[in-house]
Amino acid sequence: MQNIPIEKFQITGLNENSMEAASRPQVGYLRDAWMRLRKNKVATASLILLFVIVLMVMIGPKLSGYAFEQIDKTARNAAPCAKHWFGTDKLGRDIFARVWISGRVSLTIGVLGALICAVIGCIYGGIAAYFGGAVDTVMMRIVEILISVPYLIVVIVFSLVLQSKGILTLILAMTITGWCTMARFVRAQMLAIKNEEYILAAQALGVRPWKVILRHMIPNTLSTVIVSITFDIPGYIFSEAFLSYIGLGIQPPNTSWGVMASSAQSVFTFYPYQLFFPAVMIALTMLCFTLLGDGLRDALDPKLRK
Amino acid sequence: MAKYVVKRICYMLLTLFTVASITFFLMRSIPGDPLASMAKTLPEQTKENFYAKYGLDQPLYKQYFKYMEGLVHLDLGESILYAGRSVTSEIARTSPVSGMVGGTALIIGTFIGVCLGMVAALKKNRWPDYVVMFIAILGATIPVFVLASLMQYVFAVQLGWLPASGWGKPVHMVLPVIVLGFGSVATYARYIKSSMLDTLGQDYVLTARAKGLSERAVILKHVLRNSLLPAVTIFSSSIVGVFTGAFVTEKMFSIPGIGLYYVSSINNNDYTMVMGTTVFYAALFIIMQLVVDFVYMILDPRIRIASDR
Amino acid sequence: MEKILEVNNLQVSFHTYAGDVKAVRGVSFELEKGETLAFVGESGCGKTVTAKAIMRLLQPPFAEIKKESKIMYQDKDVMKMSKKELQAYRGNDVGMIFQDPMTSLNPTMTIGKQIMESLMLHRKLDKKQAREEAIEMLRVVKISDAEKRVDDYPHQLSGGMRQRVMIAIALSCNPALLIADEPTTALDVTIQAQIMRLLGDLKKERDTAIILVTHDLGVVANFADRIQVMYAGQIIERGTAKEIFYHAKHPYTWALLASVPKLDTENKGELYALKGTPPDLILEMNHCPFADRCEYCMGICRETMPEETLVDGTHRVSCWLQHPSAPRVQSYYEKCGVREHE
Repeated sequence: MQNIPIEKFQITGLNENSMEAASRPQVGYLRDAWMRLRKNKVATASLILLFVIVLMVMIGPKLSGYAFEQIDKTARNAAPCAKHWFGTDKLGRDIFARVWISGRVSLTIGVLGALICAVIGCIYGGIAAYFGGAVDTVMMRIVEILISVPYLIVVIVFSLVLQSKGILTLILAMTITGWCTMARFVRAQMLAIKNEEYILAAQALGVRPWKVILRHMIPNTLSTVIVSITFDIPGYIFSEAFLSYIGLGIQPPNTSWGVMASSAQSVFTFYPYQLFFPAVMIALTMLCFTLLGDGLRDALDPKLRK
Repeated sequence: MAKYVVKRICYMLLTLFTVASITFFLMRSIPGDPLASMAKTLPEQTKENFYAKYGLDQPLYKQYFKYMEGLVHLDLGESILYAGRSVTSEIARTSPVSGMVGGTALIIGTFIGVCLGMVAALKKNRWPDYVVMFIAILGATIPVFVLASLMQYVFAVQLGWLPASGWGKPVHMVLPVIVLGFGSVATYARYIKSSMLDTLGQDYVLTARAKGLSERAVILKHVLRNSLLPAVTIFSSSIVGVFTGAFVTEKMFSIPGIGLYYVSSINNNDYTMVMGTTVFYAALFIIMQLVVDFVYMILDPRIRIASDR
Repeated sequence: MEKILEVNNLQVSFHTYAGDVKAVRGVSFELEKGETLAFVGESGCGKTVTAKAIMRLLQPPFAEIKKESKIMYQDKDVMKMSKKELQAYRGNDVGMIFQDPMTSLNPTMTIGKQIMESLMLHRKLDKKQAREEAIEMLRVVKISDAEKRVDDYPHQLSGGMRQRVMIAIALSCNPALLIADEPTTALDVTIQAQIMRLLGDLKKERDTAIILVTHDLGVVANFADRIQVMYAGQIIERGTAKEIFYHAKHPYTWALLASVPKLDTENKGELYALKGTPPDLILEMNHCPFADRCEYCMGICRETMPEETLVDGTHRVSCWLQHPSAPRVQSYYEKCGVREHE
């Protein structure tokens, strides 16, 4: 053993400061989630792209200099050119302007539909989970019956009943049973959390019930609800497109991506660009929301925290 | 187990009854009466006979009982648009066509989806995974009618390999099956991948490896079964996907199936037809859910034995 | 005595987003036939990783056993084994039991089939023979009604019974070495004693060497021949059970011993609890890893890694207190007067 100066062998004892310094800095839950989301390149790109789409939907119609319902008789079925950037449809309407106006409708339906369902679902599921027992059984039995019918069939029947022609009736038809999955999901989540040991611990420590709900139940459910809203939005956009395709969606002069795609579909072989633009917008928006949802889910999952 | 089955069947009948009733009242609450557009042009006397024929001259509750009574005998009434054709016979005529296309799409799509999902899980973060996830994302985000148009354009119009539409020969099924099956491929690829990754992280997989089983045997005997099991539960929703997808594909490929019929009944305001087919769809789905649940129960010993007690 | 396992300079890293976690940092030890060796240390000290590394059960590319590491089973180099050799080695030469019997059995396969699997693989029995043997194994691990139980699914058994099944699987091919990774942690205290007794009996009957991984010194006391105390991926003290329990030299071992509750202790006060947390294993370590939490920490401890020094016989310790220039200290543990039991 080499020579070591004797003063190195003075007992200095515990060093309280460096003891804890060994572990990495602590980061708050949301901040941590945000950091992880930002590290996820795919999710960040989706988020940016969604911002661009939303921005274009707001200012896009002004850019081309044509109103979306303005008919240009001289240029019917025109291919994309300097005058009409995305071309025109069979009535000679500017597709560029129409795509962004349609986007307003499609996005509104998607976002509003998902939000309404989330709110109703959370309240319903929360009540069922909170009260439990017979209330829970009856409420969940109702949901099971509503859920047992294929979703699109329900939407079709309701849009017939409501004679839906506009955005609001369409959203109503789409949300009338759409909240059921969310309700089931929230209830399951709440029940799972209710039985978690940290809730028991909080209760054992005498934390007041409303504080338990506010501090533990809601934040822990919220993250998963946000994720499922993100996944639901493309579902509603898709349903709207689907309904428009079978003739039950938005009616002229209003338009949506679904309406544009379905009217372009019949002339697809001759003027493929007419289908291309709305179809790409639908696919792109759905893609962005799906990828963003994936990223959010990973970012908000506490199990993945490092 | 028998008790559980009986209980579930009772619940199913209750659900069917509720759904049928709700459908009936909803359809009756449509503004204007179902025959209005048809009856407009008819003289007064014929009009009355016309209403009497569909029982619409009677009070609502009587109509309801008549409708429910018919349901028990599988009689869904008569089409308004095509007088003399019963809804039941129309469904019986058109649904096998849809069943053939949808069933083929479902089986092939599920199979391919499961295989792709397995590949993605086993080759995680390598190129096969990325390729599969790309396909899965495409399948989940491209609307059916866009995909169908694309397929028709490429394979029928440009390449001329396959007929763009029509029905009768096996070649007519190729494109619709691809379009319909694509959704199942996407759903299953994603689902199986995550389910398999989940299983691969389980302790019993470690136990199996510690036994000295080859990686192949570990996957085949321990991982596969446990990751496929939960996938059974999403089978009923892919059945729905295929059936509702058929509304679009059957119209686009001119396939005389129930989806095409349903959509044209909607567009033609043929209310008895819409009502009957809606009830049929609901019943089909509810029964399928039950079947899937039972299959799951038979496959999973945990549930099978728990329900025995 | 015949040496069956030799581990030399084992180093294991886990690749994470934050950096490489060096979970095991140069562990070396030997094991003789029929011997019981215990790895003791708190969670995250690398004991389970060491056990899994011996079985080559760590999954690349996430986990990496560094090239410098050498694992020899009898005369076979485990690190250089082909897939085929590795399969013959796992289960046949070395059996393993895991911590949580609730999750370490396949829920959709009968326990009989799970035992039969290794019998058919390594001992080349046919289905009927394997089933007979599986029933016999269930009897060996003292499960009553073995003929009936063989067709049960794991969820039909209690935790203790499942761990017995795990032992049956691990011992079915009569391995020369059994690695038990926290075999009783997930079980009730009374069941713990039963399982440990069963393991002890089987060890004697079959002359199986055992590597017992645990954080519970109480479990080790009457069971292990030798003990190795691990901290931050290193073995900091090793010796026979007697040496560790009565002549421990490392302050960390003192802390571990002092935190075991004793019924007869004279000190009726609080149970000793070690302060602080183990160091972050991402960091490179060139001084004593325990320095920050050590009551007897000296200047040198924060500068240079102590070398392993021989105390006597088989007892070795890595601590600067062993240096001739270091002051003589009396441990908290010794102060409690437990030494009187010697």
